[in-house]
Amino acid sequence: MMSRIPLKGWLLVLGLLAVGWVGPGLTQSTPPQPANGPSAGLAAWDGIAKVLQHPRCLNCHQVDTPLQGDSRRPHIPNVVRGTDNHGVVGMRCSNCHNETGNNPTSGVPGAPHWQLAPTSMQWQGLSSGDLCRALKDPERNGKRSLDDLVHHMGLEGDPLVLWAWTPGAGREAIPISHPAFIDLLKTWARGGGPCPQ
Amino acid sequence: MVALNINGRVYDVDADPEMPLLWAIRDRLNMTGTKFGCGRALCGACTVHIDGEAARSCSIMVGTVAGKQITTIEGVTGKVADAVRGAWQKLDVVQCGYCQSGQIMNAITLLSGNSKPTDADIDLSMEGNICRCGTYVRIRAAIHEAAKALT
Repeated sequence: MMSRIPLKGWLLVLGLLAVGWVGPGLTQSTPPQPANGPSAGLAAWDGIAKVLQHPRCLNCHQVDTPLQGDSRRPHIPNVVRGTDNHGVVGMRCSNCHNETGNNPTSGVPGAPHWQLAPTSMQWQGLSSGDLCRALKDPERNGKRSLDDLVHHMGLEGDPLVLWAWTPGAGREAIPISHPAFIDLLKTWARGGGPCPQ
Repeated sequence: MVALNINGRVYDVDADPEMPLLWAIRDRLNMTGTKFGCGRALCGACTVHIDGEAARSCSIMVGTVAGKQITTIEGVTGKVADAVRGAWQKLDVVQCGYCQSGQIMNAITLLSGNSKPTDADIDLSMEGNICRCGTYVRIRAAIHEAAKALT
């Protein structure tokens, strides 16, 4: 049999073995590689935008007064930003919101440094593309790089961001898991932070 | 057990850390000047001071205030408190009176941080204190009166 295969044919088989291609069975056993590139990043952005535009995030990324609840009604009682994003004297966020977490008795949510997002991070009314550009603009995002943004929203990041996944009774949590959200963020960042038009 | 510093005295209260401060003040320590209104931080009747800042004691959990200075209507003192009390009496602000403990505590916080509030400042700072009798006009006038007395 061997004599029927030309020498060039045997060299090809040996060459393929040397570079590791030995058939579909072994190819399937290698771990899936994370998607890279702008197109994968752009696809990931759609999922990211849905999270950032959810009431748990967007309700406090407002101009001067936060919204409240899943229905996005104006905050009751009326509160305003003040000079430090924490309200005015006599009506500070911490007057009702606990640093340590949600209050199960009153139903008032809580997390460290409860506040309105800074004015530069006002996201209400932005299109998906404009939100994307605002998020990655260091002049508007707190001087954060793409990697900084991943960290900011990760497990070691800002506990006020993480609150959105455990918002307490009567409020819808972010509808995708936090690990899935971070995977989307990493894919977007690896792709260079592409934004839709 | 949670140690609460209220009106300059430390009380050891056997309470779950998530218990609202108002429960501890009224039901465990029998200081009933601070009122229960809504239980959801919406009406301001339960307003006390925590380290000088107004706080809704129905929503603040006792586990978060250990080591902080808590002041209730029974223990609030000082020239701002005196001015507010005087103005409240002079203008006969109170009607049924149920919300007035909270109104007075919030007004003291406002004037401690802003000695010459405008009408707009007063409206924003007192927004969270609801009066079912509608004494808002007299409350606003009394805050101006107290500010005048402090200058």
